[in-house]
Amino acid sequence: MTVWPRLAQARTGGLAVLVLVIALLPLALTNNFYYEVAIQVGLNAIVCVGLNLLIGYAGQISLGHAGFYALSAYTSAILTSRFGWPPGAALVVAIGSAGLVAYVVGRPILRLKGHYLAMATLGLGIIISIVIATEDRITGGPDGMAVPPLALLGFPLAGERVWYWVVGVMLVVAVWLALNLIDSPVGRALRALHGSEVAAQVAGVDPRRYKVMAFVISAVFAAVAGSLTAHYAGFITPAKATFLHSIELVTMVVLGGMASTFGAVVGAAVLTTMPQVLTALKDYEMMVFGAVLMLTMIFLPRGLVPTIGAAFARWRK
Amino acid sequence: MMVRSTLKYLAPAAFAACLTLGAGVASAQEPIKIGAFLAVTGPAAFLGDPEQKTLEMYVDKINAAGGVLGRKLQLISYDSGGDAEKARTFAKRLIEQDKVDAIIGGSTTGETMAVVPLVEQAGIPFISLAGAVVVIEPVKKWVFKTPHTDRMACEKIFVDMQERKISKIALISGPGGFDKSMRAECLKVAPKYKIEILADETYGAGDTDMTAQLTKIKNTPGVQAVLNAGFGSGPAIVTKNYRQVGVPFPFYQSHGVASKEYIKLSGGAADGVRLPAAALLVADKLPDSDPQKKVVVDYKNAYAERWKSDVSTFGGHAYDGLWLLVDAMKKAGTTDKAKVRDALENTKGFMGTAGVVNMSPTDHMGLDLTAFRMLVIKNGDWELGN
Repeated sequence: MTVWPRLAQARTGGLAVLVLVIALLPLALTNNFYYEVAIQVGLNAIVCVGLNLLIGYAGQISLGHAGFYALSAYTSAILTSRFGWPPGAALVVAIGSAGLVAYVVGRPILRLKGHYLAMATLGLGIIISIVIATEDRITGGPDGMAVPPLALLGFPLAGERVWYWVVGVMLVVAVWLALNLIDSPVGRALRALHGSEVAAQVAGVDPRRYKVMAFVISAVFAAVAGSLTAHYAGFITPAKATFLHSIELVTMVVLGGMASTFGAVVGAAVLTTMPQVLTALKDYEMMVFGAVLMLTMIFLPRGLVPTIGAAFARWRK
Repeated sequence: MMVRSTLKYLAPAAFAACLTLGAGVASAQEPIKIGAFLAVTGPAAFLGDPEQKTLEMYVDKINAAGGVLGRKLQLISYDSGGDAEKARTFAKRLIEQDKVDAIIGGSTTGETMAVVPLVEQAGIPFISLAGAVVVIEPVKKWVFKTPHTDRMACEKIFVDMQERKISKIALISGPGGFDKSMRAECLKVAPKYKIEILADETYGAGDTDMTAQLTKIKNTPGVQAVLNAGFGSGPAIVTKNYRQVGVPFPFYQSHGVASKEYIKLSGGAADGVRLPAAALLVADKLPDSDPQKKVVVDYKNAYAERWKSDVSTFGGHAYDGLWLLVDAMKKAGTTDKAKVRDALENTKGFMGTAGVVNMSPTDHMGLDLTAFRMLVIKNGDWELGN
């Protein structure tokens, strides 16, 4: 009696579905390649859940999130392989430093709006990308660098199956944090900002503080995924820092549905698995990929999850 | 009519299903699966595209001639777009899902290095098509490569310089992975050939004018020659500017410019440039006594006939990789991964487009400096330089 109404809410019900999917998915994953794709979906989903807080809720655009992702990945890689740090400590420092950079840079640039903000974040991403590609003595340059495996309490994390559960748990935590944040006063303040900045200000919301907060939180989410990816893959290249990767992340959020945490997860899942499914098409792969994106945006302009969710609600009535 | 044509399609399918069911019995008839991941699209497409075409062409040819060990070859190829992470995912797919017998691929060094841990762990023969020395140094049990290394290019150039009594040079290099790796290798081996590098200039991605760097080089006292380690459009611009600024010294390029595109882009300015490159570029100009002539001329003609385009050294790397593998499988008499690996490591006197390959447990590339020819550009075409 008391459980059902709560499960019907997005916050608890959706989370329960996510946990269930993650718990049952291994039944369908018959080999390590499927695990690999599932892990990548999870890692991308973590970034997208964070980015969605910024884009979907606070209404601010960032075209530089690949920068934070790569900054953290490279910090982890450099600290562990060049300075012999334990991976755990490197992970914390890497995530912290990405958050710090986001805070320091975010304060001035979040004064900008619209296209100007997009340009500023774009510039930030490109600067990070150039530094990584050119400082080859530290970062290995365009050819990339190797990263030692992650160890947890002395046990090295190796193999897809172990990583699947690590990433799965991280994703659930990320979604849980995001859902709670959205339903807290902070989340309401962010949505107020998205609606009208002036109105929000009149209601006593300090726009700058909340925007910077959303920016830092989303950067930290990206950083977590970045560091984990570096350790999981064992090798990173500056391709992960490029503008294209930033665009890919934003596309995932938009496709899944802005202002929908589960939309971000679905967007990441669709865009990560689709290239693998489409390889059978050979030369037409990119064309079909583009067409699918276009058609989705034309017929489901609000993104997959909100549009389908609304249709489902109408059908139930 | 309809029924009959449907049956025509169904019959082989049913046959294939029976085969799969009786896989244990029929294993001799299963194709040998060769996996490939190449940068067919994206910024490194000029590498991956000819590689893919070469593999396709020769797998067809080999199958038409009866296959290997009485079995057909099956090529399973994925486009990595030059992205290391995609390359790693595809390599995993080849190993785990497609269960290939060997892998050829990795057009770039980044892709290759990202895949190395996987193939080492899975224990599967892997022939890389990437240039840098790191691929084979230190030696990795399952990893081989066919292209010349950037270090060899430096050494070949330095030997040529020594012969021409040049000992003090200036270096100018670009921002790409190839450029940076080659610059580092040249700096490393220069002392061995008693070459002194007096100036070490660089240019950025997308720079359209390098006169500032070249003027500086021109005014550096003591410089006797200039070496440009670069890839893509950069070297063509450097070459043009080189003539505009009027730098009077001999000008060397790397094997990175070994395509007709470079000569076209630099206009007449490329005349007189010296560079090390594979014999493939001058296939028709090799003397008939040259043992490599047959291989390179045959490949060149076959490629031109099938794809109606000029051959490139990059496609040649794939040619060498595929034939090395076929050679090793024939020698091993099986596709057993460990035995094929051992056979690959014991390859001796294999004549490829890159040169004679003599592998050993300490050398998984097997090429020496004779594999490079010193070329000089004359009247917009390659000539043998020595």
